[in-house]
Amino acid sequence: MPRQSAARRQPAATPAREEILSWGRYPKIAHCRVHKPAWNDQVPEILNAAVPSSVLPRGLGRSYGDSCLNADRGLIDCGRLNRILSFDESTGVLRCEGGVSLADIIDVFLPKGWFLPVTPGTRFVTVGGAIANDVHGKNHHCAGTFGAHVRQIELHRSNDGLVICNSEQNFDMLHATIGGLGLTGVIARADFQLKRVAGPWIDAELVPFHTLQSFLDLSRESDGRFEYTVAWLDCFAGKNPRGIFFRGNHAADRGKKFRPRRGPKLPFALPEWMLNRYSVRAFNTAYYGIHAFKKGAGVISYDTFFYPLDSIRQWNLLYGKQGFLQYQCVIPERKLEAFEELLERIAHSGMGSFLGVLKQFGSAAPAGMLSFPRPGLTIALDFAMRGERTLKLMRSLDEVVQQSGGALYPAKDARMSPALFEASFPRWRSIVPYIDPKMSSSFWRRVTGAQ
Amino acid sequence: MTIVTLANPPGAAATSTAAMNAPTMEKVIILGATSRIALEVERLMACRACELLLVARSPQRLAEIRADLLVRGAREVLTYSADLASIEQHAGIFAYARRAFPTFDTVLLAYGSMHNQRDSEASVDILLEELQVDFVSAAAILTLFASDLERRRTGCLAAITSVAGDRGRRSNYVYGSAKGGLSLFLQGLRSRLHPADVRVITIKPGPVQSPMTDRIPNAARFADPEQVGHDIVRTVERRSPDVLYTPGVWRYIMTAVQLIPETIFKRLSF
Repeated sequence: MPRQSAARRQPAATPAREEILSWGRYPKIAHCRVHKPAWNDQVPEILNAAVPSSVLPRGLGRSYGDSCLNADRGLIDCGRLNRILSFDESTGVLRCEGGVSLADIIDVFLPKGWFLPVTPGTRFVTVGGAIANDVHGKNHHCAGTFGAHVRQIELHRSNDGLVICNSEQNFDMLHATIGGLGLTGVIARADFQLKRVAGPWIDAELVPFHTLQSFLDLSRESDGRFEYTVAWLDCFAGKNPRGIFFRGNHAADRGKKFRPRRGPKLPFALPEWMLNRYSVRAFNTAYYGIHAFKKGAGVISYDTFFYPLDSIRQWNLLYGKQGFLQYQCVIPERKLEAFEELLERIAHSGMGSFLGVLKQFGSAAPAGMLSFPRPGLTIALDFAMRGERTLKLMRSLDEVVQQSGGALYPAKDARMSPALFEASFPRWRSIVPYIDPKMSSSFWRRVTGAQ
Repeated sequence: MTIVTLANPPGAAATSTAAMNAPTMEKVIILGATSRIALEVERLMACRACELLLVARSPQRLAEIRADLLVRGAREVLTYSADLASIEQHAGIFAYARRAFPTFDTVLLAYGSMHNQRDSEASVDILLEELQVDFVSAAAILTLFASDLERRRTGCLAAITSVAGDRGRRSNYVYGSAKGGLSLFLQGLRSRLHPADVRVITIKPGPVQSPMTDRIPNAARFADPEQVGHDIVRTVERRSPDVLYTPGVWRYIMTAVQLIPETIFKRLSF
């Protein structure tokens, strides 16, 4: 064990600086200290010992930008707080610790006929992270966000201990914690609703489309009939993009045995030259071609339908050493021309990528003070980080978003300006009184100027 | 009629063939149930609908694990709160196990402690405490359970030692000697229990990410406890091999380390 012993020779008092990355692997940031509580009873000690604005709870680090980072300060890694505490078969309410992953919940409960009320595009996030970012999924139009299904949260606070938040007590704190980016405290335990499903299968349908209008028509037509809708978009095509519309419902149980697959793992960051406008364009053409060929209805497993990217572990290394930025915005539906302008600018830049995801949000009321989803069209796109020209493109996209009255998603962001944050979340100051005095994040300091 | 049933209980033949072919891991006692590796083992056993008896110090933490394991499918989870490092408490633990779990078939010893080597060099108290926890108390409690399994001529004893016990190194020889002592103890015990058909498994993990190793820089590169737990459960289930290195690469690393001649080894600072 050479590594271990080399470490032993260092004086124990030196706090180890660790470079912890978010999913986008940009920005590269070092942290002073990463606490890894194994039990909820250890969290108060950590909070007591911390100085003001010095720590941030973290789950599996699947936020793309810096909302899960805390440069030169500390993190509380909640991954070991991963116990499921109870499940009520009659109501479907699950109670678990904040660090339980959605993957774990699916593994335990899907065989019993229960599924997540809302799931993002990856199952490798924690319950605490899903609440803190108030994540949405392909069923936003009928189920709202994850936070809408949370019944109760127990929150470790540095100044007032363990706070129970539900509809009867500390409702404001519950409202602030949902979408609160981890700033209101460490989620010790959460109670939330699971939903009954017949099995792991999805009745899915693939429909190719060629214009934005046909996407909207498809989306409207599908909303009433399909629980899940989303589209993949070829962003090289400009304002009239081609794409594939995916829609589905949980299928009746067919007695077919489901075998989970464990996909390959990307072992290292790909060289950057491999990802260029020609290779990506070729990929998009192939992807479109294959899916347009497969169009129509079929039964697929839940993991293929919800989590296609989870099948390649560490897919974020695809974008090379410098990492990547994800751009997810929402634009009000009446500003369709702004949306077209956005697509035009991306196509013109030639920097688009293969992961263009388009979804029409429903009109559910926001579950948290800083919830991102709101009525309109949302698009999420990855851009390999190539320095200033990538950032310049994003600033030009920001202009369009800001003028249209749209918003950017904090969980995906590593560079939005304070002005755009203000425009996206005009009421962000309402969360300030609920922020734990010992908590802060790189994101929060960047967009609000807090210290 | 009754006598016949007692002498040859129904299903006895089936049970003995099952013991030969399908390994049994139905009633498991975990000593040191709140250790990082034990937590992973318990989950995997819960998925296999085992019955578990968990022994650890904190009643509150035991209650949390119990809740988790029951949701995950454990048929039954009993808990007993005691300090395993204290030999006076062993009789109580053993009596409870005999009473609540008379037909236990597997015992996993998973507790341990690792101080900073420098501290054990400077303080005899810390040195003795480390030897007490990692070797003396472990040998003591294993002896109780071993005798019971030997008498019943069934079951499996598994204990987590460490690759650090394979050779005394400058930087970690106190922990290493305690774990090495435990490995030798298990080796002898294996031979003693072999005629009684009781399996003894020595588990030697490499460095694993856990609260015990968090203070070591680069701990993020250590083995994933989930993987280690998986290896342990598979080994206990199959009752083979006798000595498990996990992750497997450590078998080869330690073979190489053991081949270094002492005249050279004593000059190495790792």
